[in-house]
Formats: sequence, structure tokens, C-alpha cells
Amino acid sequence: MLRNSWLSVASIGTIIISLLILGSSILLVLNVGYIASTVESSLEITVFLEDGVEQDRMERMEEEIRFIPGVTAISFVSRDQALDELRRSFGERADILSGLDEDNPLPNAFRVKTREAEMVPAAAQQLGELSGVEQVRYGQGVVEKLLALTHWVRIWGSITMGVLGFAAIFLIATTIRMSVFARRREIGIMKMLGATNFFVRMPFMLEGMTLGLTGGLVAALIINFGYLSLLSKVMITLPFIQLISDPALIYQVLGGLLGLGFAIGALGSAISLHRFLRV
Amino acid sequence: MIQLYNVSKIYDNGVKALNDVSLHIRKGEFIFLVGPSGAGKSSLTKLICREELPSRGQVVINGRSLARMKNREVPYLRRKIGMVFQDFRLIANKTVFENVAFALEITGASNKDIKRAVPPVLRMVGLEKKARMIPAQLSGGEQQRTCVARAIVNNPVLILADEPTGNLDPETSWDLMKLFLDINRRGTTIIMATHAWDIVDAMKKRVVALGDGIITRDEESGAYGYES
Repeated sequence: MLRNSWLSVASIGTIIISLLILGSSILLVLNVGYIASTVESSLEITVFLEDGVEQDRMERMEEEIRFIPGVTAISFVSRDQALDELRRSFGERADILSGLDEDNPLPNAFRVKTREAEMVPAAAQQLGELSGVEQVRYGQGVVEKLLALTHWVRIWGSITMGVLGFAAIFLIATTIRMSVFARRREIGIMKMLGATNFFVRMPFMLEGMTLGLTGGLVAALIINFGYLSLLSKVMITLPFIQLISDPALIYQVLGGLLGLGFAIGALGSAISLHRFLRV
Repeated sequence: MIQLYNVSKIYDNGVKALNDVSLHIRKGEFIFLVGPSGAGKSSLTKLICREELPSRGQVVINGRSLARMKNREVPYLRRKIGMVFQDFRLIANKTVFENVAFALEITGASNKDIKRAVPPVLRMVGLEKKARMIPAQLSGGEQQRTCVARAIVNNPVLILADEPTGNLDPETSWDLMKLFLDINRRGTTIIMATHAWDIVDAMKKRVVALGDGIITRDEESGAYGYES
């Protein structure tokens, strides 16, 4: 099977690298989406109000906020409630805050939730334009950074995957072409004896598919073990970050890589046979 | 069985190999194609097994025009034609048995059928004792007989032989001719392109002489002829 060994190794290697890039990009994009959806605060906008806003203005504001696209929930947090929450988060050391009861520095606020993380920046801008709003805060830009990251990962992942995918198809095609060339005498004999196209081409198709499948398998194994060790490391060192650990989804990604490797192999050999083995 | 009507063959490089050739070959005939190199003998055999298509005219085999035959039907035509060449064209890493069996494997025959069909053919060409040898271990005559065994194992209606004795010494050549006569007596048509004038003269079969792409002579029980 591996008559042109260095070329076979090169094509398998290219398939592995392109599928590794694809696999890690997919997992990264999936995980960023997952993190963005699980980190509650990333969907939440806190709207701090100016001091001295009247009660009826606050009620009208609540109505106005409801009309902002993407907003799904609003809750009012009074300055007293905010202080209680702060005190609770300090736990046993809440005595630090004891002096604040008489002169509470915290403002009244609305907590606004949006349906999706992508909607947060636009909603926050509209909230900031309402009268009586002192400041709008949300996730300190984490959401935007994550989304920007996935944006670039998608673009560059697709480009590198595309380029390497083409290189892999080309290398497979070249490997098969060499293989056809090495066996052209036998092919001539087969045709003379009345072999069908299918019979002549099948071994070369199998060769290409095997190369592709081997590449896909190696890439899937590397991604699998790499991701599992990443999962366990993150679980120990960064326990507050939740990564996708659903085996069904991971196996779907791995299966996809395997299938794509196979497809690259089949496509490469089909192109080669179409061009160099016309019967 | 085989008819050529006004067949011309001009290759892409401009070489005119055959020029308005008409020829009728009946079932069971034994025909020698003679003539100098480049006279069109090989082009004629390539047209009959549809390795090439005629530039003009029609090649008809068993009532079917080869020009109208679809590409995917060609393999089934070739299974009805056994081909024998000067350079044998055996597969080097297969044994005699495997080389002959290969012609059957290609047709999708079962192992059982192959095991049943190959030994009688090897016996007929006298190679039953060498079945497990590879071509490199055989003499030229034995390699050619392997090639003949492979050509007849599918029970072809036609044997196309292109200078089959070209690499054989005279004695071995005569053994091969006896084998061909045997096959011919069983009803298989044989077309043999050759330069071996002594064989042609002795066999007294139909001789079709080609020269510069046209048929210069077509005689029943003819001789090689020395004009060319």
C-alpha cells in the first residue's frame, strides 16, 4: 500500500495538521459559545442610576428598558439591597462595611438581562442614553473579547483549514498518480484482459481512502487525548470555567474529523484517477 | 464475424496508418497479417480490440459497430478477445497459475470456478508442472504459453496475436503454432500479425498483406510473399 512512502507520509501529515487545526478551532468556538452562555453575568447589564431620581421616573425607566430589543428581564436593586448583597459576599468579614449603614455610597440600580450574549453591547449603549442613568456596566468587555476571539478563530481557522485541505487533496492526488504510474504496466494488462474501470480504479481509491482515514484517525486521537487532558487541567486550576465535557458532542467532532479525512482521501484519489486513469 | 468497411486511421501526429481498408473475417478462420513494419498491422489489431477508434469507416464485430459501443461495454468486448503479444505482458510477481487466474478474477469469477477452469488450460499448453513458478523462472516459450493460457481461459471467440513468435527460437515458435492450430480447430478465430515468413509459408492459411496502410494482397492458403 505504501509504495511511495515519503509522499504517503507527507499526505497523511498534511491531513493530520489540517484536521488538527479544524478540530481545535471547532472546539474553541464551541467552548467560547458555551462559556458565554453559562457565565450568567456576561448576559447581565447593571445600570447604575443617578442619585435623587424620583420614584415615578424610575417606574417609567423600567417601562423604557422593557422596549429595548433583546431585553428579557429587569429587576430593580435598591441601594439598601445592594449593600445587603455586598455584605453577604463578604461573609464573616462583613464588619468592614459596618460604617456604611448611615451613609450608603451605593447607587440604586437595574439589573437587565438579554436573550443572547451578542445583544449585550447594543443594549448597553441604549441603556446608557436613558436620562437618569449614571453608568452602565457589563462583564468588563469579557463578552466582546470572547466574541471577537471566536470571530477571528472562525475566519483564520477556515482559511488555514481551507489552504491545508487543498494541499492535502493535492498531495493525495499526487500520491495516487505516482502509484498509478508505478503500476501502469499492470493496468495495461488489466485493461487488455477486459477489466472494468471500477476494477482497475478500486485499489487506487482504496489507497487514497486509507491514507485519508489514517490521517483522520490520528488527528481525532490527538484531539481526543489533548482535549481530555485540557479538561482535567482546567478542572483543577480554573474550576470556575466550565468547558464542554459532553461526550456525545466531542465524539461528534471526532467523527466529523474522521469522516473529513476519509472524504479528502476519496476526493484526492478520485481527482487523480479522473485525470490520469482514463480508460 | 469481423468486418472492416473503408477503415482509415490517422493518428493525432498526422501519421496515416490505414487507408480505406475493407476486410471480412469469418468465424473460425486462421489469418496471418503480414507486411513490413509500419504497414498498419498493429493499427489493425488495435482497431479490432477497440484500443483505437477508426478515423473513418466502420469496424463491426458480431454485428456491433465498435464506434457506437459505449466505453463501459469495451471490457466485455475484450473478454471475448484473447490477446497474445511479442513481449508476453505477464505480471512479474504472480505465478503462472495466478497470471492465468487473473483473467478470470477480472470478470468476477468465483474462486471455485477459477480452480476448476485454470488447470485444464495449463495442461493444454503443457505448463501444469510449472503452475507455481513466476515468469522470471520460465523460458521464453513457457512465458508465451502462459500468455496463451491466459488468452484462452475465458473461452474467447477470437485470438489476436501480435508477433507472438518474435522473441522465440524457431523450435519454440513451432510449438506455439501447433498450440494455435489446436485452439483454432476448436472453433476460435485467430488473427496473427507476424514477420515469420517460414511459418506463414508452411501453414497454408489465409494471408492478408498490408503495405503503406492498404491491403496489397489477400489470399486463401497463401504465402508470405517476397515483394515487400
